[in-house]
Amino acid sequence: MSAVADTHAQEHHHGPAKGISRWLLTTNHKDIGTMYLVFSFAMFLLGGTMAMVIRAELFQPGLQIVNPEFFNQMTTMHGLIMVFGAVMPAFVGLANWMLPLMIGAPDMALPRMNNWSFWLLPCAFLILVSTLFMEGGAPNFGWTFYAPLSTTYGPPSTTFFIFAVHIMGISSIMGAINVIATILNLRAPGMTLMKMPLFVWTWLITAFLLIAVMPVLAGVVTMMLMDINFGTSFFDASGGGDPVLFQHVFWFFGHPEVYIMILPAFGAVSHIIPAFSRKPLFGYASMVYAVGAIALLSFVVWAHHMFTVGIPIAGQLFFMYATMLIAVPTGVKVFNWVATMFRGALSFEAPMLFAVAFVILFTIGGFSGLMLAIAPADFQYHDTYFVVAHFHYVLVPGAIFGIFASAYFWLPKWTGHMYDETLAKTHFWLSFVGMNLAFFPMHFLGLAGMPRRIPDYALQFADFNMVSSVGAFMFGATQLLFLLIVVKCVRGGKKASAKPWDGAEGLEWTVPSPAPYHTFATPPEVK
Amino acid sequence: MRVHAQRAGALLGGLAFPAWSFADWTLNLTPGVTSTSNEIYSLHMIILWICVAIGIVVFGVMFWSIFAHRKSQGHKPANFHENTLVEILWTVIPFIILVVMAIPATATLVDMYDTDESEVDIKVTGYQWKWQYEYINEDFGYFSNLSTPRAQINNQQKKGENYLLEVDNPLVIPVGKKVRFLLTANDVIHSWWVPEFGVKKDAIPGFINETWTRVDKPGIYRGQCTELCGKDHGFMPVVVKAVPEEEYTMWVAEQKEAAAKERELTQKEWTLEELMERGETAYQTACAACHQADGSGMPPAFPALKGSQMVLEDIAGHIDIVVNGKSGTAMQAFGNQLSEVDLAAVITYERNAWGNNTGDMVTPKEIFDYKNEQ
Repeated sequence: MSAVADTHAQEHHHGPAKGISRWLLTTNHKDIGTMYLVFSFAMFLLGGTMAMVIRAELFQPGLQIVNPEFFNQMTTMHGLIMVFGAVMPAFVGLANWMLPLMIGAPDMALPRMNNWSFWLLPCAFLILVSTLFMEGGAPNFGWTFYAPLSTTYGPPSTTFFIFAVHIMGISSIMGAINVIATILNLRAPGMTLMKMPLFVWTWLITAFLLIAVMPVLAGVVTMMLMDINFGTSFFDASGGGDPVLFQHVFWFFGHPEVYIMILPAFGAVSHIIPAFSRKPLFGYASMVYAVGAIALLSFVVWAHHMFTVGIPIAGQLFFMYATMLIAVPTGVKVFNWVATMFRGALSFEAPMLFAVAFVILFTIGGFSGLMLAIAPADFQYHDTYFVVAHFHYVLVPGAIFGIFASAYFWLPKWTGHMYDETLAKTHFWLSFVGMNLAFFPMHFLGLAGMPRRIPDYALQFADFNMVSSVGAFMFGATQLLFLLIVVKCVRGGKKASAKPWDGAEGLEWTVPSPAPYHTFATPPEVK
Repeated sequence: MRVHAQRAGALLGGLAFPAWSFADWTLNLTPGVTSTSNEIYSLHMIILWICVAIGIVVFGVMFWSIFAHRKSQGHKPANFHENTLVEILWTVIPFIILVVMAIPATATLVDMYDTDESEVDIKVTGYQWKWQYEYINEDFGYFSNLSTPRAQINNQQKKGENYLLEVDNPLVIPVGKKVRFLLTANDVIHSWWVPEFGVKKDAIPGFINETWTRVDKPGIYRGQCTELCGKDHGFMPVVVKAVPEEEYTMWVAEQKEAAAKERELTQKEWTLEELMERGETAYQTACAACHQADGSGMPPAFPALKGSQMVLEDIAGHIDIVVNGKSGTAMQAFGNQLSEVDLAAVITYERNAWGNNTGDMVTPKEIFDYKNEQ
């Protein structure tokens, strides 16, 4: 009898609050997930606009649109906003929405902290973006902010940048704690670790990476803060410090960070490919072990970003071998996705298109990564457009296509409507062509000798730069289409059933679409 | 094996893109002109073809599935998963490929790190935004600045053939000799790169890095700074002229003589006009990048000199900041970068140009005495 009364009370008193307080004060994982996703898309457009400025300046040789000072601010802010504002929050948004639904939990384990970790982010980015309007301009030392360019020679706004990074870091750490607490404590009865969906697995590992490295980032920016404002010399050789120390500490954070931005996408794609192949994932256990191996290796490869700084040959060899080793578990993942597709019954709705493109293009990014791992060859590739091509291939069709695939896959669950498939396919094909046109020629530019982060270039680089800019404008403009598709889907469209994809598996498809404000008040049983 | 890979690469590359092997559509890395750059090139080609081969297999299976195993074609899904043998194979085979790849890579790396028994030693110092080359055993050195006119960069003039890859004083090295470079920087981290030598090394303030090359073919080789070093990072090219040994010996003798002459100039009696003329040239190469050609600067990082209180009134302060720089800012100590004559000329120029008409004249001797007192 009392169970019935409880259900009754919930239905009537625990709906969303009205007006702005719903969003300011919410502790509901779905609302917070939505806010993360909206915020991340806004940042994606802002960072993308900056990329358009960069590509417009590089459209032709000579200085046309911006001066070199502002160009450097654009490359720096583009990188920071895309990494910390677009990609990471998008995955946290997906985690908020999907983790409780996937493990049969009523909400995240720490809902109030969840609210706080979201609301810190707009504050951090308000500070970061405001530096553009400060005297001396925004940070102009690249998203990797190498000392002493960012300390002794940095603009006055550097201190605000440091503060913004601290706040983002706190937000990420709290988000990660929440993910771990949720996954380890709130799984439905019967869901053992090795029965967890892969998105849950990859996020669990990502969360541990975040907790391990975000404090390192906080440490390195704090050392910068001390050098700038309190007269210490961590990174200043004239005071007994070492500029290379900065790079070691930064990349100890930076390399695992790269995997933080890709592992959740691995997880999502491991749901989407089986769903649209109508065939189970080829090797669940080996996928889990591969992600674990990648995460562990990510801690011992950082100096491959620093092959030219003059580390001793023993170090050089160690980091080269360790880096090459990462290709093994990454290969295992790619082989698994392909084996899953093999002899399935494939259909190509938008999520699958993005997922397949993810596998192909991420693999190309992996190939250039393998080339970069060869230390002697890296002396030629390092800090050229080859590197720019490499990391855009793993981040754009990697992380960002992974996010688009996830968004299309779960939009029916979030909104209760099907998105417009024709528009979504248009979005995919324009993105696919634009992205390849923008980034593939960068391989050639790098090999031909064009350094990265330059506002103007020698004449032999002119043709490919123009092609690249055209592709970038195409890719950039296409993303407005995504906004249209999502708005259309939220406002209406064909009703989605509880399980709109016939091959999909998992607890999230057992609740109605749209998912009710509260789900799994009673945990489901997993066999 | 390397030579074979190289040939196969060149052949296949040529077949794949016959029309693109001309003009500006350069697709591939340069093999370069040194043994190091050739070794790197063959490593690059081997790993590239390994990647292409793996790609053909993996994407081949995938595209086969995409075409043949479509639901719309009525294909019924199989239900297989997990196969220990297959999973062991696709872990072990890539591992073996990597080991095979690591062997030549290690050999090349060991070779690149061997800086022993050099015949010429040159110290390379990165500055914002120029390179300084010092011939350690010959007792002379000079700066190498971008020589592309500002008008070309700002699109007011047609761009030249070597746009942004040309300098006033290139580095000169002899062919056939092992040249060792000792790299450091004066302000932020720079990176010295000549693609055709296969040499790239960071120049780090407070530390000295070593690298080496041996060029067999005389010629002019061009590269750029590859580590973001501030606003004019894209405007500090590296140009190296490799010349036959006799020519090199003659050139060294000339340089030593010129350096001695320069020192004599300090004792000469200078007029205001002479100093102004020399000062303008020195100002354009050393100061204008930050303080601008018209002295207006780019505040707050780079203050204006036109109408500046220090320039108009405080002559001692003016000399001090030019010679010793200002710590914690981008203002460098020019005391060791410029000769006494150029220091005196620049200060005199700044105090009399752009309507600063103070009429002050600072002589090379005064600078010489000032430096000696320190």
